[in-house]
Amino acid sequence: MCLAVPGRIVTIEGDDPILRAGIVDFSGVTKRVNLSYVPDAKIGDFVLVHVGFAISTVDEEEAAKVFSYLREMGDLAELVDQGEPKP
Amino acid sequence: MKFIDEYRDRESAEGYARALRRITTRHWTLMEVCGGQTHAIVKFGVDELLPPGVELVHGPGCPVCVTPLELIEKAIEIAARPEVIFCSFGDMLRVPGRDRDLLAVKSAGGDVRIVYSPLDAVTIAEKHPDREVVFFAVGFETTAPANAMAVFQAAQKGITNFSLLVSHVLVPPAMEAILSSAQTRVQGFLAAGHVCTVMGFTEYEPIAARYKVPIVVTGFEPLDILQGVFMCVKQLEEGRHEVENQYARAVRRHGNQPAQQLVDEVFRVVPRKWRGVGEIPQSGLGLQPRYDAYDAELKFDVVHRVLDEPKECISGLIMQGLKKPNECPAFAGVCTPEHPLGATMVSSEGACAAYYRYRRVAFDPQGEVQGHGR
Ligand code: SF4
Repeated sequence: MCLAVPGRIVTIEGDDPILRAGIVDFSGVTKRVNLSYVPDAKIGDFVLVHVGFAISTVDEEEAAKVFSYLREMGDLAELVDQGEPKP
Repeated sequence: MKFIDEYRDRESAEGYARALRRITTRHWTLMEVCGGQTHAIVKFGVDELLPPGVELVHGPGCPVCVTPLELIEKAIEIAARPEVIFCSFGDMLRVPGRDRDLLAVKSAGGDVRIVYSPLDAVTIAEKHPDREVVFFAVGFETTAPANAMAVFQAAQKGITNFSLLVSHVLVPPAMEAILSSAQTRVQGFLAAGHVCTVMGFTEYEPIAARYKVPIVVTGFEPLDILQGVFMCVKQLEEGRHEVENQYARAVRRHGNQPAQQLVDEVFRVVPRKWRGVGEIPQSGLGLQPRYDAYDAELKFDVVHRVLDEPKECISGLIMQGLKKPNECPAFAGVCTPEHPLGATMVSSEGACAAYYRYRRVAFDPQGEVQGHGR
């Protein structure tokens, strides 16, 4: 129900902030999406779309952190393992 | 698909599972709030990657599942009227009412239509000025901005043959209701990421402090969930109880403010009944009095219907994290997705449906091997 899918903005139209809309590309499938809740989003940005509305922009820098966090945790865990050898 | 596929990577998932095993020293029970997360957990077997000490229980986070029987009955009554075009998200059509569902109304000749967005319903109203178009506005905070916009646009365009049957629920009051129950087993929460894209997460800070539970705002892909579990267990092991944000690629601390503004313009906070749970104070949204003309309950005079839930369904206990679907005597026997007794068996995000679809083999009393999926 709260499913929201990331897609890339291809076009933006409409000057009225309430009617701001555009075409969003979900890996080849395109849909018309209301963009009034992401007033700063530009063409090329990724947005999360829920029932025809973009509800958030996707931050590319933050997106990579899931993987770097894992690396940090992995490194830390290895350090701890080396420091405290199990009997 | 970008921002999806990379978060399903098996190797990284196992990395998280290993890291989690290293830090877990005790038994911890966490609740994922959102039904979308429940679905992903059961589908991808995320729970099977966790160390034996870490248990996930499934929360009330499926708006379809918590819509009370009396609202379904109101929907059925309105949808059956000849002048009405009743529009809904597809999930609601098979939720059982007292003796039939919306799909049965449709088969009997009712004009019931599945729409993708509430704005589609507004467009239908514009095209059919001689009919009454009603949209079944179900959802959490994630969906509220879309439904608010539908009413707002209808009002701006002077469309008068459009109304909402509102069944909006709010997540933080439900989490508090669960935590304040004496029987609760929940020690930490994975908060629903998409609810937080709209609302931010400041509302959770007093809850984390008052009940001393860590709350981690979490996304929906397997790696998101594993990282959310890791962050939550890490806090528990370290004796911390803070609000942390795993889903920072989509969630900002104060959420989406233009969306919140329009929600406040159109809706106000009201008490709401949750199916299987009962009434929770200040746990839902209703239309502001200035939008009364768009309230289908007033328009069709169905405000005062009250109904009790069927007794055999234990979905209320499941959604409070007290039972698992396979502990229900009706599970996969009397109750199946084809003949659901409760809404948690209907929606793909309902815990019962997720278990039925992906875990039935493990629980089949006859031990017959059955295919997965529909
Ligand atoms: S299996 Fe069916 S009857 Fe049992 S709790 Fe789930 S929906 Fe209700």
